Amino acid sequence: MFALLRDRKVRGILFQLLTVIGLVAFLWYIGTNTVHNIEQRGIRTGFGFLTGTSGFAINDSPIAYNETYTYWRVFFVGLLNTIIISVIVIFLSSILGLIVGVLRLSNNWLVAKLSSAYIDIFRNIPILLQILFWYNVVLATLPSPRKSIEFFGSIFLNNRGIYVPKPDMNSTTIGVMVSVVFVFVFAFFLNKWANKKHEETGAEFPVLYTGLGLLVVVPIIAYFIFGANFNFSYPHLRGFNFTGGKTFYPEFLALTFALTIYTATFIAEAVRSGIEAVNKGQKEAAASIGLSGYQALKLVVLPQAIRIAIPPTINQYLNIVKNSSLATAIGYPELVTVFAGTTLNQVGQAIEIISMTMLVYLVISLAVSAILNWINFKMKIKER
Amino acid sequence: MAVYNQVETREAPSNSKGMVHWLRTNLFSTPLNSAMTILGIAFLFWVIPPFIKWSIIDANFAGSTRADCTGDGACWVFVRAKMDMFMYGFYPEVERWRIHLTYALFFVVIATFRYLKQAMPKIIIATIYFIIAFVLIRGGFFGLETIDTNKWGGLMLTIVVASVGIVCSFPLGIILAFGRASKLPIIKSVSVTYIEFIRGVPLITILFMSSVILPLFFPEGVTFDKLLRALIGITLFQAAYIAEVIRGGLQSISSGQYEAADAVGLSYWQKMLLVILPQALKVAIPNLVGSFIALFQDTTLVLIIGLFDLLAMVQVTGSDSHWLGFETEGYVFVTLIFWVFCYSMSVYSKSLEKRFNTNLK
Repeated sequence: MFALLRDRKVRGILFQLLTVIGLVAFLWYIGTNTVHNIEQRGIRTGFGFLTGTSGFAINDSPIAYNETYTYWRVFFVGLLNTIIISVIVIFLSSILGLIVGVLRLSNNWLVAKLSSAYIDIFRNIPILLQILFWYNVVLATLPSPRKSIEFFGSIFLNNRGIYVPKPDMNSTTIGVMVSVVFVFVFAFFLNKWANKKHEETGAEFPVLYTGLGLLVVVPIIAYFIFGANFNFSYPHLRGFNFTGGKTFYPEFLALTFALTIYTATFIAEAVRSGIEAVNKGQKEAAASIGLSGYQALKLVVLPQAIRIAIPPTINQYLNIVKNSSLATAIGYPELVTVFAGTTLNQVGQAIEIISMTMLVYLVISLAVSAILNWINFKMKIKER
Repeated sequence: MAVYNQVETREAPSNSKGMVHWLRTNLFSTPLNSAMTILGIAFLFWVIPPFIKWSIIDANFAGSTRADCTGDGACWVFVRAKMDMFMYGFYPEVERWRIHLTYALFFVVIATFRYLKQAMPKIIIATIYFIIAFVLIRGGFFGLETIDTNKWGGLMLTIVVASVGIVCSFPLGIILAFGRASKLPIIKSVSVTYIEFIRGVPLITILFMSSVILPLFFPEGVTFDKLLRALIGITLFQAAYIAEVIRGGLQSISSGQYEAADAVGLSYWQKMLLVILPQALKVAIPNLVGSFIALFQDTTLVLIIGLFDLLAMVQVTGSDSHWLGFETEGYVFVTLIFWVFCYSMSVYSKSLEKRFNTNLK
């Protein structure tokens, strides 16, 4: 009997068995307690509440919503707002992070120092503090709507947000938007074709300039084809507030600024370490086989730097999605605010609501890590 | 016979040394660089003088009431008047020596650590310190008055949350990291599930869970303090991140170390604790510090579930009807404290990284 215990395999099985028993006992314990407590307190269970009427308003909803809609709708409004803010912040912080990361390595002393000061200052201040600072200090001290700061007579900035003209959704607007998407799709395939041609014949094709040119020309052509009829709804002051146009609320702006500025410091560090990690010999080798500076950057340095910079950058994208939940401190209506906050307070079914909320983030995280693994696999140095 | 006289080395041409040369190569080497330099200087002029004017030249430092703030600048009188709130929250004034003593003992403990070589006495001393700190701050023993946790606040609460989070999550993180590196399939999958689940959700949802759902998990009558619930949430959260950092360290250990430990007949725990972990921790230390910085910043989230940490104190003090309109000063002051803590930790972690790097070369 005891001799068996000295066998590593037997001990392993025994140890795992004990873990399983412990886990099951623990889950059973909290399970029975929870069931008992829920009965005692008369809390409803199940997901029936989702079809109930919400009864509260959300000021910033991308889809039609008012207080007569269901909690399901609230869930989707929150989810969409989470996605919107995440996509916008990912876009902005990538650009800012890339610029700062490159400037950090600039041979201009002042610019390099300013960039590293920016990184050192903003990555060491808690993100929630930055969000509250933007919301309660910077945006709250803007003038009232009647004294708005005006740009070109059509953009207004005040303590209730930024008001910008909004194009009407007519055939011209949609046509131009479709044409922009079309150019991007076309550029993607053009790039593929150019790479193939380069591999086969060595001939270069200026994809970047062609793409940029098309991006200017095609929407203009589309504009004239689809009726040349851009119609904007302009914001204008009515009573104490603005109507018309598109409004970006202070909650949205505070969250966007704070998250962008905070996350860009991390992306900048990723970019810098990626570029620094490329061996000096690589640049020298590129120069010695006669590549120009731009060619060396595009064909030798960047492909290697990107391989190192992409995984931490994607992790930061994930952090943006998760940090967007801090919006609940200032009331931007994303998932945690409207669903795990307001809905939970009204319905009281904590287990269902928090599980659903967690599940959303979990699915996003797992999807992003799957993409990351795929990219890592794609970018692995192909050894022949 | 030819005589060779030594010729004095000529001075470098004036355009390759000195101030002008430095300016030329570092600031004005190309037109683009010159433009960026001028933009940078303009930016500094735009930001720094107004800030200095606001925070120092026009600011009011002396006094004790609102009436003492006359200038256009910052009213540091407000921060001075509310300093006790920022530091201790609602902790009673006569009992504050207990907090000071706890801080002082911390430095004593750190000092004794310098003379102790082995890990075990350090762990014992640290454990004793935490028990003493708990007794001192909360009271309820030895005739010390009990101070309810709802009176804890300010920087002191931030430090309590951060240090409990760091200390309690550490052993849990190590176990999870071992579990993830284990060859036993069930242990491994349990650890992986836990780590990936926690890392996949935002901290705020875990704090909501621990503050709303956790009480449902236990029989009626078992009540959890609000602070304790937050601490449980933060510990469970941080453990997953610590586990990943330590896993990175474990992966850097060559398999020869495992085989050698097996060959000399060490048991699993001896092998892991005496051979593998010390080496893995050494590699992981810079990242561990990074993870502690993140935790220190994350402690601010407890304000969302209704605790009064340092950041929450800005809102509390700012809503005092005698002192309305000084939130900006509060935010700047609190920002400075957080920044000093986080920046010094990150400088420390960079210096560690450098030290370990040279060891490897």
